Amino acid sequence: MTIESGLGTVANYVDERTGAAAWMKKNLQKVFPDHWSFLLGEVALYSFVILLLSGTFLTFWFDPSQREVIYDGGYQPLAGLKMSAAYASTLHISFEVRGGLLMRQVHHWAALIFMSAIVAHLLRVFFTGAFRKPREGNWIIGIGLLTLGIVEGFLGYSLPDDLLSGTGIRIAEAIIQALPVVGSYISYFAFGGAFPGESFIPRIYTVHVLLLPGAFLALITAHLMLVWYQKHTQYPGPGRTEKNVVGYPLMPTYMAKAGGFFFIVFGVIAFLSAVASINPIWLYGPYTPGQISAGSQPDWYMGWLDGLVRMAPPLETHALGHTISWNILIPGLIVPGILFTGMALYPFIESWITGDKREHHLLDRPRNAPNRTALGAMSLTFMLVALINGGNDIIATHFSLTINQIMWFTRFGVLILPPIAFVITKRLCLSLQRADRELVLHGRETGTLLRLPHGEFVEVHEPISPEKAYLLTAHEQPPALELPAVDAHGVKRAGGLRNKLRSRMSVANAEAITKASVNDLKEIDHH
Amino acid sequence: MKRLSRYRRHKAAGPMLLILALLGIGTTFSIASATTTSQTSKVDRSVQIEEGRQIFLRGCSSCHGLNAEGGQIAPSLIGVGAASVDFQVGTGRMPMADMSTQAMRKAPLYDAQETAALAAYVASLAPGPEIPSDSQLNYERDGNTAQGGELFRNNCAMCHNFAGQGGALTQGKYAPTLMGVDPKYIYEALITGPQSMPVFSDKTITPAEKMSIIKWIKAAEKEPNLGGASLGRVGPVTEGLLGWILGLGILIGVAVWLAMKAR
Repeated sequence: MTIESGLGTVANYVDERTGAAAWMKKNLQKVFPDHWSFLLGEVALYSFVILLLSGTFLTFWFDPSQREVIYDGGYQPLAGLKMSAAYASTLHISFEVRGGLLMRQVHHWAALIFMSAIVAHLLRVFFTGAFRKPREGNWIIGIGLLTLGIVEGFLGYSLPDDLLSGTGIRIAEAIIQALPVVGSYISYFAFGGAFPGESFIPRIYTVHVLLLPGAFLALITAHLMLVWYQKHTQYPGPGRTEKNVVGYPLMPTYMAKAGGFFFIVFGVIAFLSAVASINPIWLYGPYTPGQISAGSQPDWYMGWLDGLVRMAPPLETHALGHTISWNILIPGLIVPGILFTGMALYPFIESWITGDKREHHLLDRPRNAPNRTALGAMSLTFMLVALINGGNDIIATHFSLTINQIMWFTRFGVLILPPIAFVITKRLCLSLQRADRELVLHGRETGTLLRLPHGEFVEVHEPISPEKAYLLTAHEQPPALELPAVDAHGVKRAGGLRNKLRSRMSVANAEAITKASVNDLKEIDHH
Repeated sequence: MKRLSRYRRHKAAGPMLLILALLGIGTTFSIASATTTSQTSKVDRSVQIEEGRQIFLRGCSSCHGLNAEGGQIAPSLIGVGAASVDFQVGTGRMPMADMSTQAMRKAPLYDAQETAALAAYVASLAPGPEIPSDSQLNYERDGNTAQGGELFRNNCAMCHNFAGQGGALTQGKYAPTLMGVDPKYIYEALITGPQSMPVFSDKTITPAEKMSIIKWIKAAEKEPNLGGASLGRVGPVTEGLLGWILGLGILIGVAVWLAMKAR
């Protein structure tokens, strides 16, 4: 029996019982467009698979208990010290379990890559406008995954109960307590009494290994099913329309690519884990509430939050027997709340401003949506300034600066720099549009100088290819919304202020350099 | 005579003579040197103090005052003790080159003898902490690494970082790294509290506990990087940077390559 006929027999057997052949044929031929930036989400997905596998390995030995034990393992600098069973078992995984340290490092590096891939993927989706109708729901699922990822990562590095993670939990407790009125009750509920108690690590362990991974699996499945059902977006180009998808079939091209890419992601993470130390908990020591280390930082995806808390001025009010710590409440809960809510609602906000309720499957080039690109640059600047302040002590020691300078710089910078970034980015986008227009109308500058018979020098311009010209002119340039204060019958519209705001934003959003048209070209030919 | 001539060619005679000679020289030397030191110590000490005073007048008095009474920009040195001078001058922190934030470790300006003279002069002004002797600094014998680690995390890590790599303080001041620091200077820093550092007196941390701390620091210095490159032992900042740049950087490179091949 040859392999083909063997496979055929198996396929036939399955098909006769499930009738899967037609479905498989249709779906295995599903076409996906090709671009490197479409693979960022895949990096996140594969890191998640690696997280599941390495995490399962770690659970075989990890003891999520705050029971006090005396360390009798192999790491001498901690010999005979009192510590929690969670910390002792993490040391055991690191030093006595074969391959344990490597697996711990794989798990942690995969978590960092998982989060950075999610952020990179989110930026791609945002800047290309892939969140527009019909994908608003999937955008919200993505924001949910990002939020869960931050929480899951925090809980994960809190589990070993080392000095650094204990410090992080202490800060989390402070943020919970900053909630007005209910804060101290929620804190007591979460910790099962006073900090640190004996319940918190076992509780977050269950959340970390059961609840959140389950939520992840469900959301990732929904995320991918929606991509499948709504089809993948594609960049504009010749032959690509809102009604088709130009690319390669799932089988065999994408199966091979995606399968190969999984192993490359695994390889890169394994490589990092083999050569670079991450979270060396044995150096941090066991957690004791009385101890703290200089330069205590969260992982990078929490760093911006830490930076915001670090830059908050000391504001507190006492009223009616309650203390409200604005210095924790604002940077720790209110600002992140506004940021993430705004991010989740952005597709609806944008469609409200543009009045565009159509489906979009062709992506925007970021320069052709200057307002959105500028808004993205603005948010990114805000986050980066906050992130820089999160590492202010490390930056201070390594670049001979003072913490106070960095703090004051970021206190003002976090408010001043984002608007500046907005203006600069918007101008850059418009300049690029202008350059595109020039390119279409006058062609590429070849750098070849020509001397005309009467002595004049001119530079030879070479017309660009029709494909390129199409790419540079295919986008829409919708006009701003017409929202006159009075309608056709001379009746004042309802919601005057709201409409005024909407039309202002719409005008700003529609600002663009008029793209080259056929008429423009004809006019040039005419000369 | 006969007996001597009988044994002088014995095969053990050579080594025996050698041992006798060595013992003789050693005993003579120890007696001679002991008498010299005890006789000259008083003379030497006053000479040394005078030498130290001269160095002080030339190199230190412009800030610390002609009688080490302190001035507008420098503290009084009366009562700071020899240990303080040995630490500040021996590690190159004094004389200061830059008055902006704090004295930093650099190549010492004065050699061991001059430093000792300065220390003797300052110690002569008023009693203060003394330079620990080598026998006091036997941390390998007197210290306990794990206990030292716990003491370190309780008392030192909040400024010097969990692995003694140093950390930032306010207004540009900093706690320096403890890697590669002579045990004597660590001990002196503990008992004198230089710059922003508090004094850890023998009542707060006993001499034996100080030995444990030093032993732990020395162990941390020698400890191999168990998980691969240490990334500076400063926590998650460098890890995040590497994850983004190297980790995601390589993967984006691969993604570009994967998408390129299909064209």
